Amino acid sequence: MLEKALKGSPKYYMWVGFLLLVILGTSGFYIMQLMEGLTITGMSRDVSWGFYIAQFTYLVGLAASGVMIVLPYYFHHYKKFKDLVIFGEFMAIAAVVMCLGFIVVDIGQPQRMLNVVLFPTPNSILFWDMLVLNGYLILNVLVGWTCLEADRQGLPHPKWSHTLAYVSIIWAFSIHTVTAFLYQGLPGRHYWLTAILAARFLASAFCSGPAILLLVIMLTEKVTTFKANVEGLATLAKIITYAMCVNVFFFLLEVFTAFYSGIPGHTHSIVYLFKGVHGHHELVPFMWTAVVLGLGSLCLLIPPKLRDNMKLLPWSLAILVIATWIDKGLGLLIGGFNPTPFETIAPYWPTGKELMISLMIYATGALVVTILFKIATEVKQEIGASQKPAVE
Amino acid sequence: MNHTRRNFLKFAGLTAAGLCVASAGGVMAAGAGATYKEGAQALKAKRWGMVIDSKKVGTKEAIDVLAKACHDVHNVPNIPGKQNIMWIWAAGFEQAFDQPNNFMDEGLEKRQFPILCNHCTNAPCVRVCPTQATYKRPDGIVAMDYHRCIGCRYCMAGCPFGARSFNFMEPRLHLDVTKLNKDFPTRMRGVVEKCNFCVERLAQGKQPACVEVSNGAVVYGDLSDPNSEIRKILREHYTIRRKPSLGTEPSVYYII
Amino acid sequence: MKLYNGGKIITGLVIFLGIFLAPLAYNAGKAAYSQPKLKMPENEKECIESKEFMRTKHMQLLNDWRDASLRDGTRVYVNSKGKEFEMSLQKTCMKCHTNKAEFCDKCHNDAAVVPYCWDCHIQPEGLKK
Repeated sequence: MLEKALKGSPKYYMWVGFLLLVILGTSGFYIMQLMEGLTITGMSRDVSWGFYIAQFTYLVGLAASGVMIVLPYYFHHYKKFKDLVIFGEFMAIAAVVMCLGFIVVDIGQPQRMLNVVLFPTPNSILFWDMLVLNGYLILNVLVGWTCLEADRQGLPHPKWSHTLAYVSIIWAFSIHTVTAFLYQGLPGRHYWLTAILAARFLASAFCSGPAILLLVIMLTEKVTTFKANVEGLATLAKIITYAMCVNVFFFLLEVFTAFYSGIPGHTHSIVYLFKGVHGHHELVPFMWTAVVLGLGSLCLLIPPKLRDNMKLLPWSLAILVIATWIDKGLGLLIGGFNPTPFETIAPYWPTGKELMISLMIYATGALVVTILFKIATEVKQEIGASQKPAVE
Repeated sequence: MNHTRRNFLKFAGLTAAGLCVASAGGVMAAGAGATYKEGAQALKAKRWGMVIDSKKVGTKEAIDVLAKACHDVHNVPNIPGKQNIMWIWAAGFEQAFDQPNNFMDEGLEKRQFPILCNHCTNAPCVRVCPTQATYKRPDGIVAMDYHRCIGCRYCMAGCPFGARSFNFMEPRLHLDVTKLNKDFPTRMRGVVEKCNFCVERLAQGKQPACVEVSNGAVVYGDLSDPNSEIRKILREHYTIRRKPSLGTEPSVYYII
Repeated sequence: MKLYNGGKIITGLVIFLGIFLAPLAYNAGKAAYSQPKLKMPENEKECIESKEFMRTKHMQLLNDWRDASLRDGTRVYVNSKGKEFEMSLQKTCMKCHTNKAEFCDKCHNDAAVVPYCWDCHIQPEGLKK
């Protein structure tokens, strides 16, 4: 089926060429990082993880989110998701590829990366994260590819692919839980040391991930003959709405525990993020933007009239994505490292080079999504599934 | 045709797998009959620990003497800015200890404390390291194998004491390479490092570098031996440790 | 049996073989490889193990030394003749082999291997600014 990615319209070639150019151009910055070290980033002794790991965390959520389509389809036989399933799985592949990319660019000695496999260490959560992420990648490649191939040939999906699909649903929960465990088991990092972190991660993943997926599917509809089931899209929007409500609720639980108990360790990070301490207010405007956009997205998503308005929906989803990204892609990491173990504030901001290297990975992800979605939509066109009505 | 291709691929796969397995089983490379043993002069303990008398080394200047001795002997670079590397350094009471006090006595308020790796019994850095590059020796020292470290910095997130530094850049750029201690390596870019409780000096029967220059303000010894000097000092003085509530069980005690 | 796309396949094979065999063609007719002359220690005639062993196994030996001394705390190597050595690259090996450029590098350069020992360990000649 891969040959379908090779033939396309001039627009398709231009887009792929553009992405390749971006990857090529930004990879120069990665080479610079390889030669000079991570000193080209804004990270420091106190904020020792930064933008890369934050993006990794956010994208694990995107990878896990496909399950919001796959689960209703396989567990509840919700047929309206039939034609969306493959996009959920392919999006997960691209997301895991980006996750692995962000890990690779973040480590100081990437050529020794395989030490994680050569010296397996079950007491390290990072070891388990490596296992579940790669496992999830393999599961989605196997299930997605096999089912699409079977569809193309007009054959029923093989039995084993169903079994693997069930496994991948449970697995999706595991990848984000394990990623949360990376953080929530560390003594002395109070913003992370909370039992609800894994639940928060899942809630935020299950709203932001499907939101991104839905946006990409809407874009796909614009540029291909594919037409998703409208009712299916509406259901997905409903799922996103519920997940966002839960996400906001879980965060408010944190706020209550911190401020009603008044324990400084619990309040400090939140105060730094939303009010600023010791004269440092770096993140305050961002966090309040997240609050306004997050609540704004709920106002636009909860009333069925507004949610079902397909013209408005992309905007509601976009502001939801921005809100959750600030929360998880900025606040989570910087708030976790601040205040430092010495009760000081160590401001962090990614450098331009750091952002360029991140762009390299995002462009790679976009390329993977483009190619996989191209294949999927071409196959659907070939078999005439979920197509736009022919125009005279 | 199809069948032969299939069989060929199967055969090729099995061969490759077989080769991988065969090459994985390495052999120990010691000459015939060679053995390893501990050095005769090595200092040994069941549980190394340290007591710091903060009344005797309570100023930045006094602590800088310890830091210089340590950093010189371990080739620790002096990097200006926030990507610096420190094995032992000075910090105030509120920075070092999680016990804010609004009305502290003047002496304590101004005092500085030497901060270093605590060599915890339940070290979070050992727990989180995905390659066992950070590991716990039987004598309680939390040691590092810089050859194996992949630079993921999980240990830095895990350490609640901020005791770890990462080589963001080539450390030799910030070392006077003509004045290195030639009996100890430097580090390379991209690995984490920290105080090693002078395990290389213990092996030669020497006290840690900071202890040696402290004029008795820092005492090093076996915490598991009730008759050791360190235990005697701990019996006679009130001491505290950093962040005991986290349960990591530091091995460094401070006389206040 | 018919070979489909035969022209393309054969052209491809020829190009592949050409690239694959280029190093052989490049070196054809040149003098055979001879082992480099190493600068041996002046005061010491015998290494910790036999010359053959050291030549073929020194890398594994160093690997094992590292783990034994760092992880197990056993820092003394007793060789097959009962002689004892501290297991240390800088303090034992390089105390005799005082010239990295004339000893280590000679073979490593020929074999095109770049061990990362010297990224951290200090060569006996010392470092230059």
